[in-house]
Formats: sequence, C-alpha cells, structure tokens
Amino acid sequence: MPTKIEKDSLTGKTTTGHEWDGIKELNTPLPRWWLYIFYATIAWSAVWALLYPSFPGFSGHFRGLTGWTQRAAIVEQMTVARAEQAPFLDRIRGASLDEIRHSSELLAYAIAGGRVAFADNCAGCHGSGGQGATGGFPALVDDEWIWGGSLEDIHFTIVHGIRNAQSVEARISQMPVYGGILSRGQINDVAEFVLSLSNRATDQAAARRGEEVYAENCVSCHGERGEGVRAVGGPALNDAIWLYGGTKAEIVAQITNPRMGVMPAWGSRLDAATIKMLAVYVHTLGGGE
Amino acid sequence: MTIEAPTRTTPAEAPLSPPSSLYAKRIKVYPARVNGRFRAAKWAFLILALAAYYITPWIRWPRPGDAPDQFLLVDLAGRRFYLGPIVIWQDELYFVTGLLILAAVSLFLVTSLFGRVWCGYACPQTVWTDLYLWVERRIEGDRNARLRLDQGPRNAAYWTRKIAKHTVWLVIAAATGGAFVLYVGDAPTTLRAIVTGEAGSWTYAFFGILTFTTYALAGWAREQVCTYMCPWPRFQAAMLDEHSLVVSYRAWRGEPRGKHKQGETWEGRGDCVDCRQCVNVCPTGIDIRDGQQLECIGCGLCIDACNQIMDRVGRPRGLIALDTLTNLQRAEAVASAVPPGPARVERVAAARAEWRVIRPRTLIYTTVLVAVALVMLVAFVLRSTTELAVLRDRAPLYVVLSDGTIRNSFTLKVWNKGYDEPSYHLRLEGLPGVTIAVVGAPDERPLIATRADGVTTHRVHVTAAPGARLAESTPVTFVLQDEAGRAVVSTASVFLAPKR
Ligand code: SF4
Ligand code: SF4
Repeated sequence: MPTKIEKDSLTGKTTTGHEWDGIKELNTPLPRWWLYIFYATIAWSAVWALLYPSFPGFSGHFRGLTGWTQRAAIVEQMTVARAEQAPFLDRIRGASLDEIRHSSELLAYAIAGGRVAFADNCAGCHGSGGQGATGGFPALVDDEWIWGGSLEDIHFTIVHGIRNAQSVEARISQMPVYGGILSRGQINDVAEFVLSLSNRATDQAAARRGEEVYAENCVSCHGERGEGVRAVGGPALNDAIWLYGGTKAEIVAQITNPRMGVMPAWGSRLDAATIKMLAVYVHTLGGGE
Repeated sequence: MTIEAPTRTTPAEAPLSPPSSLYAKRIKVYPARVNGRFRAAKWAFLILALAAYYITPWIRWPRPGDAPDQFLLVDLAGRRFYLGPIVIWQDELYFVTGLLILAAVSLFLVTSLFGRVWCGYACPQTVWTDLYLWVERRIEGDRNARLRLDQGPRNAAYWTRKIAKHTVWLVIAAATGGAFVLYVGDAPTTLRAIVTGEAGSWTYAFFGILTFTTYALAGWAREQVCTYMCPWPRFQAAMLDEHSLVVSYRAWRGEPRGKHKQGETWEGRGDCVDCRQCVNVCPTGIDIRDGQQLECIGCGLCIDACNQIMDRVGRPRGLIALDTLTNLQRAEAVASAVPPGPARVERVAAARAEWRVIRPRTLIYTTVLVAVALVMLVAFVLRSTTELAVLRDRAPLYVVLSDGTIRNSFTLKVWNKGYDEPSYHLRLEGLPGVTIAVVGAPDERPLIATRADGVTTHRVHVTAAPGARLAESTPVTFVLQDEAGRAVVSTASVFLAPKR
C-alpha cells in the first residue's frame, strides 16, 4: 500500500508514493478483468489437477478422473506407429535379402530401421557406428569378416550368434590354450612368424623357426599364409586388422591363453524383419561383401 | 519540451485519498459514428485488408506433384511454404525470417514518419474491432442509443438486439477462424471437411480457438487489448521523434476552451467549443486534448470529428491534426506573443515549418530496409534447386582395411526442389586416386538418384588409393555433376586418416 499519497500535477493522478531518482510512479491500477483472468487460470489448474494424475499420496498418487496416463498414451502412440510400419515390415519379411538390397525404397527403410535396432542391441559391443573395440569386439565397418561378410553370412551370424548355448547352430570355433602345449620359446617363435606375415617381424631367425610350429598347429584354422579360414572362423593373421591387438605382446598373450568372444543368438530375441534390417544395415556400414 | 500542459479534464481538486482498490473497473467505451477523410481511409483499408484475407486462400495455382493447387499455402505437414511460383522449404525458413525483418523495419519507418498508423489502420485488432463496431452500430444504434439501451430496462427489445449482435459477431468470428485454417490446407477440401464434420481434431481446435479469440478480442476486449495487452505501445515511443506526425490537439489554438454561441466573437478565446465530439468518437475512449497518450492508436477519427465541428462553427479546420512536436513547439512560441483568438491562428499558420521527412532515423530505417531486401533478393535469385549436405561418419572416423588402406564413410543428403528427377555423377575433388562407392548404386558408376520435390539419402564409402600417404585431415569437396559434366552443386568436407 502507498505510504505517502501525492497527486501528480501534470496528470492529476495520485502516485503510489514510491520515488526513484526523483521519478514518481503513477498509481494506474490494473483492470479488474485481468484479475479475473488470473482467477480463471487458477480455476483451470484446479480442473486440470482433478482430471489428470496430480497429487501425491501415501499409497501412490491421485490418478485423475480421466484415467489418462503417460504410459497409456505412449502405448497408444506406439500402436499407431506399429500399424503404420506394418505394411513395410511385412514386405521386408517377405522379401529376400537381395531383393531388399536392390529396391531403393526397401533399402532406405531397412537402413533406417536397422540403425535403430543396431543402436538398441548391437552398439554395446560393436560401437555406435560399427567401429568395434579392441579386446574381441570385431569392427563391422572394415573388410575382414571372420565368418563371412555377405548378406547371408551376416544374417546367419545375427540369427545364431557365436559360441553361445542358445542356438545349436551357433558359429563355434575354439582356439586351444597353447600355453600348456607349446613352450615359451615356441610361442615366441610362432608370434614372430605371425608378425612376418604382415612384414613386421624383427627377429627373422625366430620367424623361420616359428614357421614350423605354425605349420603344425595353426594352419588348419588360420590358413597357409595366415589368410584365415572362414569355414571354421579362423581370423586372418596377414592383414592390418587385429581382434585382440597386433603388438607382439598381444599376439603372445592370445596364443598362450586365448580369449574368444561370445555373441548371443538374436534369432530368439528379435523378430525376423528386424534381423533382416539389421543384416542389411550392417552390410551397408562399409564392409559388406 | 516546454509545451505547457493543456487544461485537464480531470478535476484538479479531486480529493487526495488512497485508491480504494488495487484494481480498476473497466469503463465501457461507446464510440460514436463519424464521417470524414480519416474515416473514409479506414473503411477503404478495412475492406481491402479483409478482402485480401478472405479471398487469398481461394486463389488457385497449378502445381505439379501432390501439393494442392493453392496460391498461398502454409503446408505444415509437408514443411513447405508456397507462394505462387515460389516454394520455400523448411531449410530456407530464413526467407520468412527476412520477410518478418522487413515487416518490422517497415513498421519502424512508417511509425517514425506518420506515427501509429499501423495501430489505427492496419492492425488486425483494429480492423476486426472496427468491423464489430459497425455491426454493433447497425443493430443497437449509435452512441446515444447504445448508452440508453445499456442503461435501460432489460426488456425484450434489449435481449433481441443483444442476441442479434452477438450472433452476427460469432458468425464473423467463425468465418475468420475458418479462413485462417484455410491457409494451412487445400481451401476447398478443408472447408468441405469442416462443414461435413470430417476435418481433423487439430483443424477443429484451431477453428474453435480462432473463432473464440476473434469474438472475445474484437467484441469484448477491444481497446483493452491496445492499452493493456499489446507490447507495441510500450516501445513505439522509441520509433517516434519530434519530427514524426502524430495526432495532436493544438492547445495553443484551442485554449481557453468553452461554449460558444453563434455570432459571439472569437477574440480572446480558443477555438475549442468543448463539445467533446473528439472524445465521443475515440475508439479508445480518451481525450486527445490531454496531450499525447499511450492509449491513442493514431486513427485520426477525432480529427474528422473536430473538423466537422470547426466547419459548423466557422473556424478553420485542423484544431486537432497530424502534426510534429517541433511544429507544435514552434507554434507555442509564436502564440505566446499573441493573445488568443483568430489573429493568433493566422500568425502561427504563417510561421509553419516544413515537415522533415529525411532525417537520420528515417535514413537508417530505409537503408536497413533496402539492404535486407537486396540481400533477400540476391539470396533468392541465387538459390539453387539442388542442395547437397555431407555428414561424415563419426564412429569410426576412418576405417583401416585389411591391406592398410584408409576408408571414410559419408552420408549424403540431396535436396531436389524441382519437379524432375535428375541423376548426378558423384565426384570427389582434393584427393586423387580415391574409389567412391554409393550404397545401392551400381559399382561401376557412382550415380546419385534424386526424388522430385524431395530429399534422398545416400551412403557413400570413399577409399583412398592403396599405399597413399595421407595427412591426418585432407580437405575434400563432393561435387554432383550432370550428364554434360557441369558441376551442379558441391559441398566441402574432410577425409581423415590415422596419425602417422
Ligand atoms: S471536437 Fe474539437 S471543439 Fe469539440 S471538444 Fe474536441 S477539440 Fe474541442
Ligand atoms: S485520440 Fe483520436 S487518434 Fe487517438 S485513438 Fe482517439 S480518436 Fe483515434
């Protein structure tokens, strides 16, 4: 309330009694209808609070008279979205992988759908862009495929996974623990030989010794010249790509006490259309054959 | 400013008591009918503006593709703005921003020249309020009849008139709401859908909201919107200066005011006969004789009213007129040397100053206006109907292939704003010997297919020549070229490689 009522000589209006630097504030009251609108908004909020979930209570919250919940709303939206996607998903389910790849419409849809599914299910191991991670998480963007990089190969790998107990058809390869089979010297030699396959050996004599060890133990899985054997999932050793690292120490560690990654069988977790889209998406990441 | 404060209509002896309430009751305004030049201009503009508003969505314009054949269309679903041959995509929304800037600067310029003509003539609030007032006057009569009706008994005649008025108001409001939704969809289809009850809930929601706001703002709130809600009166003072034309009462000529009988002399008194016609016609209910006020929307109706009175009492027009503060000040100075009366009016008229149109403020506004318009024009003329955006993969930044070669992957988005579907060859400049593979396209020829009036996305793998010694980052340019080898559009990016 004003402290000192004064009248402004110029306008004839009373002032509020407030003064700043010699400037006095005129008392210009707000119109009453503005006040009523303010009351109306308060009333509106009360109605809103009654209609929708609002007040917290000791055993849960007040649920509102309309019964509306965010969860129900999202479920409804998802139902609508699914219904809209259904025709496309049906076409993808019905089409072969090759047909999808060659129809620009289905390809675009599969890449978009595959990207989402990849982010949800695969990115944890293979990286958000399929870049993989050292320590047994293969990159999907490069051109080395342990089990094959054709659409069909990728699809099969996704459906059945690797070294899991969920699918009898899971791709399985087993590298023996050479730490108990070969001597330290032999392991050192064979590691030098493996390095020599990509011209990186530093001890040529050891590499030559290692060739013999390699021929006896490794050829069946990794091939004569370390080119890899897809049928058994033996990775290539003659290139620039290393699953568990390509330094000598890492190679020695892998021979001594090998690590082998496991991939779940997604066939029992995702529906057929999603898996097809995933296969197509992974194939377009860059390494597809 | 030394203009002496004109005599107030508020009694100077009002008792000094604290206001009884923090909130003021609304005083209803009953603007009277008036004729004259400003009123005629207002009618002309009103008819023009409403005609444009109601007719525009019905103008047809043939368009290829799925877009409706509508001249002016704000396609919210398709994210396009259509204006005749001009199609603005969502990524070109800056053209709309530019238009808004032009509108704002024009408003500043016009205001600095002519005062609040926007408020008085062009503002939708003014236009619809004016229309509503006209309806009110047709049904309830002019000011005095309306006053009598409101103060009289609530009888059958009262209710008939009120109901008739509100019905007509609501019909106009509905037509307004309807007309607005016609801008965001194909007008004939939308109208049919609204009438047959087949329109979507959003259409009905907006139809309802706009009907309600038109009815409430133009019918009930009227001048309250200008006085209490609108921000423009708060800062328009920054656009005005002492050379702007503003509606002003010439106190040096009008005062001392008072009743005047026919045949009495005008010597020694002012020209204002205190008939209060200027107050009665004012749509915001103020007395312009109190000087410049925030509430005044510069409509000039008080000028028309006073001119009529001046004609009747035989004094020259222009007691209330569009004038500049400079001129008022100068008149004040001249007048102070002459006693009130016709002689003073003549002396001041002889000393009138020219109205200064060209001044720093107007020059700056005009320059900005022309500059923005030119920039927009050039941008518009030079805009390409094909655009290319390049998004490089971030995870991974580059891929090392088994033979040590480096590959980068990109996502290309191609906007085709035309209606044909050309295919382009993709070329990469800045890195010799690269191989380009477009996913989904035949391997031999990296062809980029486009979609008419749409965007296509292409995944592209660029592989450096085996054994190439690459810098960590090499600037490259993606070029789309047509059959004849002409570059259509290009976008820069980089090719990344591991640190060596
Ligand atoms: S209309 Fe003119 S004469 Fe009448 S009160 Fe207003 S200023 Fe005075
Ligand atoms: S004072 Fe005059 S110009 Fe201003 S709003 Fe009223 S009638 Fe219009």
